[in-house]
Amino acid sequence: MTRRALRVAVALVALVAPAWGHAFPDHSEPRVGHTLDAAPPAVRIWFDGAIEPVFSTLRVEDMDKRRMDRNDARVSPADSTLLEVSLPPLPAGRYQVFWSVVARDGHRTEGSFAFRVK
Amino acid sequence: MNARTIAVWLSAAGLVMAVAGHASAHGLIGQRFFPATLAIDDPFVADELSLPTILHIRNRGSEDSPPTLQTDLSGEFSKRLSPDLGLSLGGTYTLLDPIPGKSVSGFDNMEVSLKYVFWKSAEHETLLSAGVSWDVGGTGSKKIGAESFDTVTPQLFFGKGLGDLPTAAEWLRPAALTGVVGLALPTRRFNQTLSLDDDGNVEITRELNAKTMQWGLSVQYNLQYLQSFVKDVGLPAPFNRMIPLVEFAMQTPIEGPHAGRTTGTINPGVIWFGRYCQLGIEAVIPANTMTGKNIGVLAQMHFYLDDIMPKIFTWTPFHGVLGPTQPQ
Repeated sequence: MTRRALRVAVALVALVAPAWGHAFPDHSEPRVGHTLDAAPPAVRIWFDGAIEPVFSTLRVEDMDKRRMDRNDARVSPADSTLLEVSLPPLPAGRYQVFWSVVARDGHRTEGSFAFRVK
Repeated sequence: MNARTIAVWLSAAGLVMAVAGHASAHGLIGQRFFPATLAIDDPFVADELSLPTILHIRNRGSEDSPPTLQTDLSGEFSKRLSPDLGLSLGGTYTLLDPIPGKSVSGFDNMEVSLKYVFWKSAEHETLLSAGVSWDVGGTGSKKIGAESFDTVTPQLFFGKGLGDLPTAAEWLRPAALTGVVGLALPTRRFNQTLSLDDDGNVEITRELNAKTMQWGLSVQYNLQYLQSFVKDVGLPAPFNRMIPLVEFAMQTPIEGPHAGRTTGTINPGVIWFGRYCQLGIEAVIPANTMTGKNIGVLAQMHFYLDDIMPKIFTWTPFHGVLGPTQPQ
């Protein structure tokens, strides 16, 4: 019985360990929904899993839906969970960040959040 | 089963939990994640396994029967047959412990259900589905009251995330509603009981198997949605993956002596969702005195099979491998 339980345990762990799933945001800079005293130099989002550079996008728009980032979004070469895009000096206002990522297994997730600059 | 074996089983469960890690998705529409709810069925079709779902409650007695401690151990396996069509098989093992009295236990009737998602809007985090549930009569044990006849229940489901609310109401954006309404149609109209009266005459008692509206609602507040899409309030793990919710599971007979009398439970609780599984626990509170007066507990472990091994568990006969549950 003990040996059987061990086999089931190994099988269950093997079942879960190589598993796939969607990538969800873990945290970001600027933080979601926060107001900043100074314009940020970039938007960075850390995900809870590795993401594919080719299919992952990140853009920043102002309230008039004008694109405000430098159009250089990339997955960090040093950290495959980090998606970032640089920003020119932003005037005061509210900005919306739109992201779309594809996890290493091909599963897409997307979302958006706002931040403000005083 | 000796202590060592039990320890190995517990270690296995612990390991699975530890490896399960944190958040991913199941029941995604747009940027909204909907968990599988415990007391009512959710509107999604998915490849998933609820094992176990445990209900423990003390039922009050009546003139004919003593109070009873009831424990249900349930499992349900769901499989997509196409991107929008799903099939589920469920079973429950019931233990009834009368106070006083001899305990009885056995399986309740098997339940088979089919569900089809016929409308969805990622932008508005909304979906509608329809289904039919079949309680297969005679597959359970009469000892615990399993019926010998079938009951067929056509159902309508909805799910609605509030992520499209205006900025002025952004604190409500993490909230979501799901609901179901169905009409349970017993395939046998009456149960007949034959008995002898004091004079030796045969008495026939006919008890109506009433058609019953079954309806439910869940109100959820997704803290992961709050953190990721509305405002990062700095919640640490495991709270940043929790969904406080309240479920309402109700039924109202539409005919017979109890027509119009609603019974049911109100279940406040919390669900934590990870990358490959979720854990949920709820209090089971009678909605009114007709339902009962004791508070029970409902707990569930739920596995997202479509995220655990998509190539195996999301295979379908006509659409190949679907991948995780996500709108097309």
